[in-house]
Amino acid sequence: MTTAGFDPGAAAARATDAILRDTLHGTHRGVVVDSPPGAGKSTLVVRAALELAGAGRPLMVVAQTNAQVDDLVLRLAEKAPDLPVGRLHSSDADAYDKALDALDNVRTSAKAGDLNGLPVVLSTAAKWAHVKADEPWRHAIVDEAYQMRSDALLAVAGLFERALFVGDPGQLDPFAIVGSEQWAGLTYDPSASAVTTLLAHNPDLPQHRLPVSWRLPATAAPLVSDAFYPYTPFRSGTDHDDRRLTFAVPSDGSGPDRVIDEAAASGWGLLELPARHTPRTDPEAVRAVAAVVRRLLDRSGAAVSERAPEPAPLTAGRIAVGTAHRDQAAAVRAALAERGVTDVTVDTANRLQGREYDVTVVLHPLSGRPDATAFHLETGRLCVLASRHRHACIVVCRAGVGDLLDDYPSTEPVQLGTLVKFPDGWEANHAILAHLAQHRVGWQP
Amino acid sequence: MSLIVTLARLEAVATGRARPIATVRHRHLSQRPLVFVPLTTAGEAGAPLGALVGTDRDAPRLLVVPQPRDRDLRFAFLAELADVVLPYLDSCAESVEAAERTETDPETGKRVKVEVELCTDAPQLIVPSRAGLDLVRLLGRSMRFRRTAEQDPDTPYPAPPRVPLLGRWLTHYGERARVPGSSLLLALTEVLSRHWATGQSGLEDQHLGALLAWIDPPEGSTGAEAAERAELARDADGQLLCPPAGPATDPAFDNRLLAPAIERYDRARTALAAAEDALEADDRLARLSAAEREIRDLVESRTRPTWDAVWRGLDLLRTLPEGAHVEERWTRDRWSFTGHRDRVLAGEPPQPRRDDAVTAANKLATREREQARLEAQEALDDPLVMAGRRLAGEAFAGEVTDAVMAYGEGRRPSPRPLVTVRTEDRPHLAERAKVYRSLGGRPQAAEFAGYEGAPEEGLLVLRILDKMGRGREPEPGSVPEKGDAVCFTLFEHEQRGGAKLPDPEETPWTHGGPPGEAAPEAPDAVTEEDVL
Repeated sequence: MTTAGFDPGAAAARATDAILRDTLHGTHRGVVVDSPPGAGKSTLVVRAALELAGAGRPLMVVAQTNAQVDDLVLRLAEKAPDLPVGRLHSSDADAYDKALDALDNVRTSAKAGDLNGLPVVLSTAAKWAHVKADEPWRHAIVDEAYQMRSDALLAVAGLFERALFVGDPGQLDPFAIVGSEQWAGLTYDPSASAVTTLLAHNPDLPQHRLPVSWRLPATAAPLVSDAFYPYTPFRSGTDHDDRRLTFAVPSDGSGPDRVIDEAAASGWGLLELPARHTPRTDPEAVRAVAAVVRRLLDRSGAAVSERAPEPAPLTAGRIAVGTAHRDQAAAVRAALAERGVTDVTVDTANRLQGREYDVTVVLHPLSGRPDATAFHLETGRLCVLASRHRHACIVVCRAGVGDLLDDYPSTEPVQLGTLVKFPDGWEANHAILAHLAQHRVGWQP
Repeated sequence: MSLIVTLARLEAVATGRARPIATVRHRHLSQRPLVFVPLTTAGEAGAPLGALVGTDRDAPRLLVVPQPRDRDLRFAFLAELADVVLPYLDSCAESVEAAERTETDPETGKRVKVEVELCTDAPQLIVPSRAGLDLVRLLGRSMRFRRTAEQDPDTPYPAPPRVPLLGRWLTHYGERARVPGSSLLLALTEVLSRHWATGQSGLEDQHLGALLAWIDPPEGSTGAEAAERAELARDADGQLLCPPAGPATDPAFDNRLLAPAIERYDRARTALAAAEDALEADDRLARLSAAEREIRDLVESRTRPTWDAVWRGLDLLRTLPEGAHVEERWTRDRWSFTGHRDRVLAGEPPQPRRDDAVTAANKLATREREQARLEAQEALDDPLVMAGRRLAGEAFAGEVTDAVMAYGEGRRPSPRPLVTVRTEDRPHLAERAKVYRSLGGRPQAAEFAGYEGAPEEGLLVLRILDKMGRGREPEPGSVPEKGDAVCFTLFEHEQRGGAKLPDPEETPWTHGGPPGEAAPEAPDAVTEEDVL
């Protein structure tokens, strides 16, 4: 896929330099960075944090979950072991990763006052919202800004003068558990994403884009880019022969084994079950997912990538299962436990955001459904599920999703004044399905 | 739709009768609600055609707009509506009790308790369906910025005196109805479908006649048959036997009965205006009155069945005992009513057309908190709702098979007893997940410590974390004992308050900055449609 003359490393470096220039020396109060899956967003955040701290500007970092905050603290400490860092946390038990306690330069506290004067303080948006500051921070970095709700930004925006907003516009939009139609179309709709509100009020802010995905393999980047980022395409940082997935144990000819081989060869595999309307926790589909995972482990896979010269064994920790609903994840976990598999991550799209694995097994959100609701059609959901892998993605689905999509055109009411998101879920689902159809394997246990 | 509701709907299809999905009533019902059955005119948004309104099921007040496009007649309708609704609201505004509220002292910035009034009861409005709720909001929006001649002598089309005030109240009720679990303004179809599952679609459940047919079918007929009759059956003239609950009317009624009647009324009015002498005028006035009476009869014939259906629905709901937490939620409704009463008395301007950024965010946060609270309270109040949560893996019930005393670490070890529960439920418990049970109405937290034996055996070990008193030994009754039946939930019972948002004057730059000096909202501009 890499065309002659395109140097992914140079392109990414150029983008990063421009971002840092605007952040450190620009005149605007905010800078927005769109980052496709695996484009080095965390690396950028860490780098920007170090440069801002180096320039002597007190910095607050806002992330959305405790896991994200802890991850950033660890990365910061790895890059700059001497930089004093504050981790502001909630007063709950187990509020932060205990690994932070082992770091000398990290001070943890539930009170913002205890962390005064530290060059960098990190916390979640929810915790920052409770902080009262006499003097605002000179700078802030807002991570996963597209997953932050506008009202959460409202609660913390008074704490900083300027900010760098980083996030992936293609992932799941934030949501509200009650209706918020009455504010649809307002620039500050509290249920919209923080970036939507920010840009509606500050349309002149510089916007950047990271152009290279280092995570997605050359087999996945073009598809994900076309299906979910048609107007802001990105490339894969690696080429087709840079990554390879092989299995020591040969196929036994069953559906799961054939789909594994198909995915190892082409990066994608569709394990198709016969069409049927099912409850959410479709027992056959759940068993199929578990069978694929079991075989992935049993066949002693090895992953070759640009990271290391030697093949890395495909262990349980490098495999994840993604679902749309929590009960589906629970059902898959139970089915895996029955097969003696324990260390494979099984979670919903919401919780898999920002994570990376070698192989993912996805239970398709529309599998077995009689209807295609906005929830199941959401572009971000499919995008998250289809962009967590470094080597291969195997989708388990019942036949007939294409017909379902055609039978259920979107019925959401049109709201005046709102930005219509393109591509819509219908379009994106069709794009993915059309590609998966070339890698289809029928289910035979 | 949860699995248990799907199951109830399947059973309803199989048995031909709606199935209960609640064993208690989850909404407050006032002793004396005001029922409002409005109709609108087709083709013009929010143009009222008429309404039945009142608190006495045997004596509703009929209000009719004989020519819905005539603004004067529409104002007369709204003035009459105000004459019914406002005295009803006032009847509750005067009876108060002393209550306490925490407020931020403007000088010290500290939270202090202040003594305030709380209305002992709040007025409750009932409309037949969700579309009725929207109409209440629309009426409120169309009235609250009107100016009366008293407010502005130059206003070209002054509204009758109490109409803007009614608009403010309807707006308040319409907004409050968006808060989950509130009962100030209820749509009957929504309340009924909360308590019964029918064998028809959710869309069909919005038809009050069909919904009641499923819940309480007439003798010798199944719910499905009765519902189909309610939706489709027409008389020899092609009119629906069970008129829709509105506010929209059936097109066959509009075309064949209403339009000709309005036409006759218009002709009679033109004729009266053209009368040349008193005798002729008398005669033509009589014809106009007859034409008007005809329209009144038509409107009554289409609203009365709905009126009776609403009261029948209320009777059905009253057969259920009130849920334990309903009173608490109703108290918040009373606060809401009292608060708006105070704003009106203080002479504050009507609610703005659009919420500012801070108000919108605060409203959303409140409603999300109320939604979570409602879901938890409904489950705690109602074993059938809890059964649904258990089936969904969000709660589990069982018997305590073992309780072992243990202590936490630290300088002063506190009790952390380990309790083993045998359950047949399959809760989605992650490692160290928190679970809660109700202990004397207060939530007691425990931590999932693992399975005893294989997970399929259903033996869960829980570590009780709190509500055991301050001593080394837990207070009696605070730890489940062997043989106790317990029910734990994975969701929290009480909601934490969210962070305080900035004041509107301090809206940050990301949200457009402060809105500036609050300018009083201008009245709605007169458009061409207003002088049609």
